[in-house]
Amino acid sequence: MNKFIRFIVKLSAIITFGALFFIIGYILLKGIPNIRPDLFQFKYTTSNVSLFPAMITTLMLVALALLIATPIGVFTGFYLVEYAKKGNKLVEIIRMATETLSGIPSIVYGLFGMLFFVIKLGFQYSLISGTLTAAIMVLPLIIRSTEEALLSVDDGLREASFGLGAGKLRTIFLVVLPVAMPGILSGVILSIGRIVGETAALMFTLGTATKIPNSLLSSGRTLSLHMYLLSTEGMHVNESFATGVILLVIILIINGLANYLGNKLTKGR
Amino acid sequence: MKTKSFEKFMEIIFLISASMSIVAIILICLFIFAGGIPFISEYGLSNFLFGTIWKPSNNPASYGILPMILGSLYVTVGAIILGVPIGIMTATYLAKFCNKKLYKILKPCINLMAGIPSIIYGFFALTVLVPIIRNIFGGTGMNIITASILLGIMILPTIIGMSEASIRAVPGSYYEGSMALGASHERTIVSVMLPAAKSGILSSVILGIGRAIGETMAVILVAGNQARMPAGLTKGVRTLTTNIVIEMAYAADTHREALIATAVVLFVFILIINGLFMVVKRRGLN
Amino acid sequence: MYKFVIKNMDLYYGDFHALKNINLNIEENKITALIGPSGCGKSTLLKSLNRMNDLVEGCKITGDILLDNENIYRSDFDVNVLRKRVGMVFQKPNPFPMSIYDNIAYGPRTHGIKNKSKLDEIVEKSLRGAAIWDEVKTDLKKNALKISGGQQQRICIARALAVEPEVLLMDEPTSALDPISTSKIEDLIQELKKNYTIVIVTHNMQQATRISDKTAFFLSGEIVEFDDTEKLFTLPKNKRTEDYITGRFG
Repeated sequence: MNKFIRFIVKLSAIITFGALFFIIGYILLKGIPNIRPDLFQFKYTTSNVSLFPAMITTLMLVALALLIATPIGVFTGFYLVEYAKKGNKLVEIIRMATETLSGIPSIVYGLFGMLFFVIKLGFQYSLISGTLTAAIMVLPLIIRSTEEALLSVDDGLREASFGLGAGKLRTIFLVVLPVAMPGILSGVILSIGRIVGETAALMFTLGTATKIPNSLLSSGRTLSLHMYLLSTEGMHVNESFATGVILLVIILIINGLANYLGNKLTKGR
Repeated sequence: MKTKSFEKFMEIIFLISASMSIVAIILICLFIFAGGIPFISEYGLSNFLFGTIWKPSNNPASYGILPMILGSLYVTVGAIILGVPIGIMTATYLAKFCNKKLYKILKPCINLMAGIPSIIYGFFALTVLVPIIRNIFGGTGMNIITASILLGIMILPTIIGMSEASIRAVPGSYYEGSMALGASHERTIVSVMLPAAKSGILSSVILGIGRAIGETMAVILVAGNQARMPAGLTKGVRTLTTNIVIEMAYAADTHREALIATAVVLFVFILIINGLFMVVKRRGLN
Repeated sequence: MYKFVIKNMDLYYGDFHALKNINLNIEENKITALIGPSGCGKSTLLKSLNRMNDLVEGCKITGDILLDNENIYRSDFDVNVLRKRVGMVFQKPNPFPMSIYDNIAYGPRTHGIKNKSKLDEIVEKSLRGAAIWDEVKTDLKKNALKISGGQQQRICIARALAVEPEVLLMDEPTSALDPISTSKIEDLIQELKKNYTIVIVTHNMQQATRISDKTAFFLSGEIVEFDDTEKLFTLPKNKRTEDYITGRFG
């Protein structure tokens, strides 16, 4: 019986990690040989199938979305942890809202973005529509990680700062924030991963144009969208694999960074 | 005095930021529901939910989404059957069987697994799973089984992450108590630790269901996407999510409203699942 | 000359009546010790003297606490100025995770001092005041978390001194330290008495007899006895005080 349990448990772990390593290995193996200089041409054409515009668009979208979501998310964390009193009704409602937000499927975000930003506000399929949709999507992630990071900061530090006659803002920005920074950053970095990997929410907001957007109001496509469109067309399997490699490498770096920062936070306690 | 009013000002800024999530959720509900409900009331709720034929191009058009509801249901159940046992057992392995050194490598792998974009999973399934399934069962290889396996893999990190945390949260005294009675490590884990962690494990499964129902881009590549009543495990299906993506690009007028109404149904499912999740979690805390 | 005058003060945490009808005068440039079993309210009283209790939810205070004849609970009394005048040293050394220099300079910077040479001067003076200058003068840039617990506590004292307070509140400042560090801190406290009024909460009765001039004995939120330290420990007037100091207390 003991042996059987042990066997089942180990087998499950082998299946899980086997699947993960197989997926990563397979994409890398099939993709790396297909990475050719043509893919990094400045302009996309049907003959070079360049993924360079998609890379730049991804970068723009990530930067803009974080520019909006990070302050809002971090400030929300400040409010929830440093200002709100226990049992405050508003806090309960905000918690419920963020929890609900984090469960909403991307396609619903996509439709909402289309109905609100694209149609109602008249932004069309554009960088700005995609950015705002992505910003709302990652908000719960940033709020959650900020909250956790702030809660992990020793109350003694806050007391010491107040005890010296410092006000709340000074205490938060000079004492609490530096200690909580790794945790907040790892949340922000995971948000980058979420945006980079997103497809469904961007298809009907950012659109699918193949060029680099030249203004907030023009359309583009991210790497994930690019990969999706290539794989549904069915004509560019090799390029899909190559795009997959680029995506995977980005995600590997992002996760590595988040993991490193996460460890730093636990050590700093 | 100047700093005092600045303090107050910033507190208000923080409060406004904190209200943004509420504003977002209200806007999302408003636009999705307002976009879909007029259609539902015009077409008839039961016609819409229980209609078995989805043919927007017919005259008159027919918008029954039962095929898609069942499609979502089948692939989700399939994913749960495959993913839940493996997920819980892997969580058990990570929490109780694996040594610290290995854990330090494996834990970030679970996070990585959660971070891999859906499109990569989908593309992998398209290029690896679909041919295998085609060879075994014939047909196109794009069917309920393929989609279930894919989703089963995709919900693993959700289930593992939360289950592991809740297994770890079981007080050590339970373990010692059982061991002191002469039970083995394995027996203690299966008959004491896992039952004690059940509310956390259950929440992880609920979250996994949410993830599976909501998944779109990966499923679209391997499920076949035929808008008809599911005809068997080895036949293609269309889910609620894929229905929206596939037709939204060219839909207009009533057809578009019907798709938004599909999102309403999906959204309600997700809200129910979220509600369940919060209830289970809260009960677990008490 | 009284620095603090506490009159008919009551303190509640929600429904819990934590301090009952406290009347206490704290003399200038003396060390006043607050002793008593855990949960008797001595730390609570200490924290009301610089309004750190404001941070505790549901805390309500009635009665008066006068600092130099001014009621510190008056609505227009600036809490930040109060905390500058009444500094605090905590039970657990809690230096900020920044350099020693920045730790000491934090308070002065908070109160608007930006001039580098002025700050240098304050840092040196405060570190000297806390008898730790010689130990750290060569590595002021070092992270304050990287020095020993006893040194950290003296950094925290220096940090409190840097804002030039009139009163120092100490909440069991040596309970987390080893005997050698403890005796260094005790010597330091004696030394500080010349320039500051000190109120110290302690669990350790020997410590109270060694360093304090006045002692107040607390029990269940009330002051049982308040007297010169020597008198209180040799000739307690109250039976409960006697039981406590002779160790006969539960």
